[in-house]
Amino acid sequence: MSEIIIQIDGREVAAEEGMTVLNAAQKAGISIPTLCYLETLEPYGACRLCTVEVEVRGRTNLVAACLYPVEKDLIVRTRTEKVDRIRKVILELLLAHAPEARGLKMQEYAEEYGADKNRYEKEPSFCIQCGLCVRYCAEVKKKNAICFVNKGPSREIQFIPEIASKECWNCTECFPLCPTEYLQGLFVLTKALAFPSAPMGPSVEE
Amino acid sequence: MPRINSAAELEELRKDILAQKDPDKTCISVCAGIACLGSGNAQVISAFEEEIKKQSLDAKVDLIATGCHGFCEKGPIVVIYPEEICYLEVTPEDVPEIVSKTVIGKKVIDRLIYTDPNTGIKAAHQTEIPFYKNQSRLLIGNSPKINPKSIDDYLAIGGYSALSKALFEMTPEGVLDEIKKANLRGRGGGGFPAGSKWETTRNAQPGVEKYVIVNAHEGEPGAFMDRALFTGNPHLILEGLIIGAYAIGSHQGFIYTRHDTPVLRKNLDLALAQAKEYGLLGDNILGSGFSFNVDVHLDVGIFVSGESSALMRSIEGMPPEPRPKYIRTSVTGIWDRPSNLNNVETWANVPQIINQGYEWYSSIGTERSKGTKLISLSGNIVNSGVVEVPMGTSLREIVFDFGGGIPNGKKLKAIHFGGPMGGTIPESLIDTPLDFDELSKQGASLGAGDMLVLDEDTCMVEMARLFLDFLAGESCGKCVPCREGMRQMLKILTNMTQGEGKDGDIKLLEEISGVVGEAALCSLGRSIQKPLISMLKYFRDEFEAHIKEKRCPANACKELK
Repeated sequence: MSEIIIQIDGREVAAEEGMTVLNAAQKAGISIPTLCYLETLEPYGACRLCTVEVEVRGRTNLVAACLYPVEKDLIVRTRTEKVDRIRKVILELLLAHAPEARGLKMQEYAEEYGADKNRYEKEPSFCIQCGLCVRYCAEVKKKNAICFVNKGPSREIQFIPEIASKECWNCTECFPLCPTEYLQGLFVLTKALAFPSAPMGPSVEE
Repeated sequence: MPRINSAAELEELRKDILAQKDPDKTCISVCAGIACLGSGNAQVISAFEEEIKKQSLDAKVDLIATGCHGFCEKGPIVVIYPEEICYLEVTPEDVPEIVSKTVIGKKVIDRLIYTDPNTGIKAAHQTEIPFYKNQSRLLIGNSPKINPKSIDDYLAIGGYSALSKALFEMTPEGVLDEIKKANLRGRGGGGFPAGSKWETTRNAQPGVEKYVIVNAHEGEPGAFMDRALFTGNPHLILEGLIIGAYAIGSHQGFIYTRHDTPVLRKNLDLALAQAKEYGLLGDNILGSGFSFNVDVHLDVGIFVSGESSALMRSIEGMPPEPRPKYIRTSVTGIWDRPSNLNNVETWANVPQIINQGYEWYSSIGTERSKGTKLISLSGNIVNSGVVEVPMGTSLREIVFDFGGGIPNGKKLKAIHFGGPMGGTIPESLIDTPLDFDELSKQGASLGAGDMLVLDEDTCMVEMARLFLDFLAGESCGKCVPCREGMRQMLKILTNMTQGEGKDGDIKLLEEISGVVGEAALCSLGRSIQKPLISMLKYFRDEFEAHIKEKRCPANACKELK
């Protein structure tokens, strides 16, 4: 692994080839806020809260730190006026779904970036679609018991009853990942509608 | 069909084909473009078949179902060569009369030819009709004259001579140089110089297989020029693609098109099979040693699959979710290999540049936008259809000279370019020339060339809402700025059109727009705010009237009347 020196917020930081900007920053103790990022999962780049400004050969661009690979002479700025404004709006848009979300430091971030949870009209769905549950189930557990359905603003998470009724009862490892407890609620609802007779215990076939 | 093994054999074959064609033989060319088929041209074609049989004219008359003639408003269109008599709005009932009077009797039927709605002046020949007269139909002009199902027809008009020239008289570098000097800019929307893109792919990842792709997705509502050209003259695009592959050093191409245009698919499959049989495609093309194959891929019915990185994902067999914008597909595209994507019209420009040289090509157009541009005209316009004009033509000419102005005595209000990710410019800027940079400067990127004409009865708030509503069904929904930004913008705009707009709404819209445009994951996400931004720029008072006075200045929002 060859070492690459990059600059983050004016500091010279040593990174390794193949690292992302987020990895490099974390290694150097520079914090960049994230929601959909989890060390054990593939970077997803969906929440965009880790947006930073990068400068390569004089050209600046706003990119997701969790995806953007480090390269020689890269200059990263993690707290510009633009970056802060983007993070504030992203948090406000998500707080419209889950104003009381406790997980993933949502409230701490809201305070740090001055996000007003009443800025946008409320959307009573509670899910912020970080995708942690979906990706954890697919990548770590390799079960795909929960997935995204639909697209655009209609996109939502959904348990697949046929899989969930067999796989979820002794797992529930995704529950604590959820920043809003919506996941748990959705599971109870799915279970009540689709497989009420298989309580949290072995499924019929087993 | 014989396999052609050299440039000389190609010219011999061309000579043979031309020798068999009698230029004085009557040819009935019936437009089988999508619009004409929709207005009943299939029946017109079968009526001609029947009538020709009945009158035993089989040997004396050719009947061809061609690609789009462009004048969709007046379809179904029938043109009779060699006199080039053009009949408009033809019905199957007109067919026996056309055959007896025009085909046999060589007389013009007055009632079926073009009549100028203002002056009453009639025009019997296609080239005399004002809609066609001042166009520069370099790309689409051949469509009425050839049968898209016949490679011989394409060869008869000089087809594949550019390929032969490129393979035998030019080096790949020479071809690349020609395209760069011609300053051909991508017709798909970005206007990025095609030559530079080709060069990037050519030089990327040495030793790794490279791909060339035709983007024939054309998902924008209001865009229909690419499928018109591709369906009507598939070999033109194919020839451009093979030349591009030669310049780039690619041996595998892909054509990515829609699952819902069966006519295009049929013509395309036929074109590929015929080109292969002649040795114009496949191994050792024309005996030159250069080999190249093409596969056709169909989309999965979602708008975003026309975005370059999503399109490539789709070809890989993955869901068409775009990749982050900083990844350049020309370097890491399909299966992370260098992949050069250009749209249909861009590829179609290549053969003529090779044949006639960059100096000729760059004499057409403006300083920074060269060549001609296909425009699909729709909306509140007298002549909707496909027009081809030199870059630099003023919007006024397009709307009033070719388009015939606004119907029902209404006034022009605005012109919208580029569909739901494009921009609007107001009537006051109608003298702006058709030019990538000039239009961008005004806040409306040219897009793929779809021009939606809006009259005074159009509510801009409702237009902005409509575009977002379309995108709401098309965004993948993965990233927060696009999904949530769209949700909130749509809600605010819907409220406005229903008389529930609030103070501060415009500020909110602008704030979301700023974030979406800069922080969304892909180029679709980063463009969803564009129509709204341009409408706020030029029609802000209309948005304010909806909020403050609960009034729709265009009288279009029902709840506000």
